[in-house]
Amino acid sequence: MSLSSTNATVTVRYFASLRELLGASETVELAPATTLGQLRDALIARGGRHAEALARGRALRCALNQVMADEATPVPAGAEVAFFPPVTGG
Amino acid sequence: MAPTPRVHIQTEDFDLSAEVAALRAGDGGVGAVTSFVGTVRDRTAGQPGTISTMELEHYPGMTERAIEAMIDEAFRRFDLRGARVIHRVGLLQPLDQIVLVVVSSAHRGESFKGCEFLMDYLKTQAPFWKKETTPEGARWVDARVADDAALARWGLRSGNLPATAA
Repeated sequence: MSLSSTNATVTVRYFASLRELLGASETVELAPATTLGQLRDALIARGGRHAEALARGRALRCALNQVMADEATPVPAGAEVAFFPPVTGG
Repeated sequence: MAPTPRVHIQTEDFDLSAEVAALRAGDGGVGAVTSFVGTVRDRTAGQPGTISTMELEHYPGMTERAIEAMIDEAFRRFDLRGARVIHRVGLLQPLDQIVLVVVSSAHRGESFKGCEFLMDYLKTQAPFWKKETTPEGARWVDARVADDAALARWGLRSGNLPATAA
């Protein structure tokens, strides 16, 4: 996605195996109206560990502001986004 | 007065008897209490002693709120009088207790259903991740299709695993 002067800043958090690859969190600049899926693609496009951890072949879930969300959901400025593997509690 | 939190995420162990007593204390309308305790197995693939430790990670804040919302949903679906969930995190050993779900109701039917619903829901929607240590090293535990199927019995779609996952 292209960077522009109207970019929004969001916090991206990772858990479990993604945290081990990418660290616990990072700050990312987003174009307006970016969805969670587009954010994932933008991170994959960085290559390296991001491409490995977030690869489209991996089953991942995401949350927006600490609520489960699907990838079509737009990410508002200042949001807390999280990517993580399927959950295995209980 | 703020209600007592119904969800506790903690490293410490819990006492089933004390939690049941607290849940039904002073409520003469309770006629049934159902509890579920999940514990750490010492084995994978039926081989005893193959798991030496189990580490539990969660998403602080989201995990608590997600389970609170699940309890709200359980109250909408079933005639419950009380509910409490405790989930441990951090480093656990085989035979340790991991999770407790306790619900109370006037009669056993709603109580059994409420407890099972909450546990099925928690398994596929609460952000926890298990990492087990075996002789081959540490590995993250895979989600199970059977857990998604258990949630589907309640008319809810899990979304935890993609539909195509084997």
